[in-house]
Amino acid sequence: MIFPMQRREVIAVVASTAALALLAGLPLADDGFWLALAISIASYVAMATAWALFSGPTNYVSLATAAFFGSGAYVVSALAETAPWPVVLVAAALVGALLALATGLATLRLSGVYFVIFSFGLAELIRQLVTYYQTQVTGSVGRYIFVTISASEIYWQLLGLCAIALFTGWAIQRSRLGFALRVIGDDETVAAHSGIDTARVKVLLFCISGALIALVGAVMAPRFTYIEPQIAYNPMVSFQVVIMALLGGSKRLWGPLVGVIPFVLLHEWIAGRFPNHTHLLLGMVFLLVVYFVPQGVSGWLEKAWRRIRGESA
Amino acid sequence: MSSTAILSVTGLSKAFGGLLAVNQISFDVHRGEIVGLIGPNGSGKTTLLNLISGALAPTQGSVRLRRRELTGLPPHRIARAGISRSFQLVRVLPSLTALENVMVGATFGPDAVWGAEAAAIARALLERVGLGGRENAMPEAMTYIDQKRIELARALAADPQVLLLDEWLAGLNPTELRIGIALIESLHAEGRTILMVEHVMDAIRSLCDRCVVMNAGSKLAEGSPEQVLSNHEVIAAYLGDDHA
Repeated sequence: MIFPMQRREVIAVVASTAALALLAGLPLADDGFWLALAISIASYVAMATAWALFSGPTNYVSLATAAFFGSGAYVVSALAETAPWPVVLVAAALVGALLALATGLATLRLSGVYFVIFSFGLAELIRQLVTYYQTQVTGSVGRYIFVTISASEIYWQLLGLCAIALFTGWAIQRSRLGFALRVIGDDETVAAHSGIDTARVKVLLFCISGALIALVGAVMAPRFTYIEPQIAYNPMVSFQVVIMALLGGSKRLWGPLVGVIPFVLLHEWIAGRFPNHTHLLLGMVFLLVVYFVPQGVSGWLEKAWRRIRGESA
Repeated sequence: MSSTAILSVTGLSKAFGGLLAVNQISFDVHRGEIVGLIGPNGSGKTTLLNLISGALAPTQGSVRLRRRELTGLPPHRIARAGISRSFQLVRVLPSLTALENVMVGATFGPDAVWGAEAAAIARALLERVGLGGRENAMPEAMTYIDQKRIELARALAADPQVLLLDEWLAGLNPTELRIGIALIESLHAEGRTILMVEHVMDAIRSLCDRCVVMNAGSKLAEGSPEQVLSNHEVIAAYLGDDHA
């Protein structure tokens, strides 16, 4: 399971490369509604996959997604007019990683619900700090972002981030780091007594996850044109990422992927039909999903697949 | 004598608030020796083991492996220095196969073996503890003694200089107990150094070269099993003064 690349994996790599190439062609067919929808899906796939890289194996539910996303967006607002775009992206990734490092060192000793609350508080704290800085120092809360990037280019960059997130997850799974994570997820005491530096492994994973989410924030920033802390550090982003990843199943690398797509489509449909009751209806749908598909869509699909194979064999 | 000591515990104490769970304990474990750590329930044996393996930090005193100071190091550093352990309540990793469970010891232990080499070590150890052919079994589907075997194999996979066993024989039925004792005896024969907390007297008599007896956190006696088990204070500690 761990070592040489198996036939299944080769097929998965070839299939996902082909799927990516096909998806990259989408802007040629449509640059209106469908492209906007695809951007939304791609950004959430990248974020939910990055979220699950850390939270899936460690079972630490992070609500700090908005902190990374927003900080990535703010790096763009601060640097985009002076620095070339690749430099801006590298800076965003670094800011995300450093933020994760600082919070990780401070909080990963917390477990369970304490970590959840702290990560949520962190996102709120940073939002307040940015607001304070802007009102006290720069004098205005909002900032315009003048970057000439087309929607198609944003979409392609997001697809690239999805590929990077999935590839990173795959590479981690095959490495000692991934093996250490599985041990930590099962029993942290055994992990430590077997020689695993559990704090370091968790902080490292949190940094990788934070950097990827900050990159999504940076790539998405030009879509906003105008950003302020309320928009960039919107806590709904944190909640939606958790819901999507859990809907898909955070124990499989492709789990978040199959959670995001139905969720975003459903969100679009409900928001279009029932604009005043969107969150109410989404919440009810989520309750039903948790009740009927507790192991996530990926777990449900695997079970169904095994049943089909079992019957035909 | 101290020239061959692998593990030296000197004046080790642990206080939980006002309670002295371990009080000024000193002893050596020599190369190739099996030392039994015995005493009534609540006498501080497991706490002492936790101090050595780094699960708890001592209030006072020191733990040295050969000449290396281990006092106060976190558990992962102590594991990498060459001390492996089993747990009083068996701890297997439920989402990993038997083979992967054992590989953990080799991969993250002192030698940091990875890949096919770690798998080969794990396969050989599963064979050694009597689980040959069960590599892909999930631990949850295994019996209690088989889970204990996995745990032992995982500790051995690190090729430790000192192996700590916390009541590894507890909870086994008489047949399993014989198998378990034979297994530890075979480790002794190959020269492993073992410190074991144990309640099973048959096992202590047949396996241990020396015993350290604890009572209420303090060291009560030290010597061969025959010596300490006929010691009046030891009998009094286990059975009460009337029997001594």
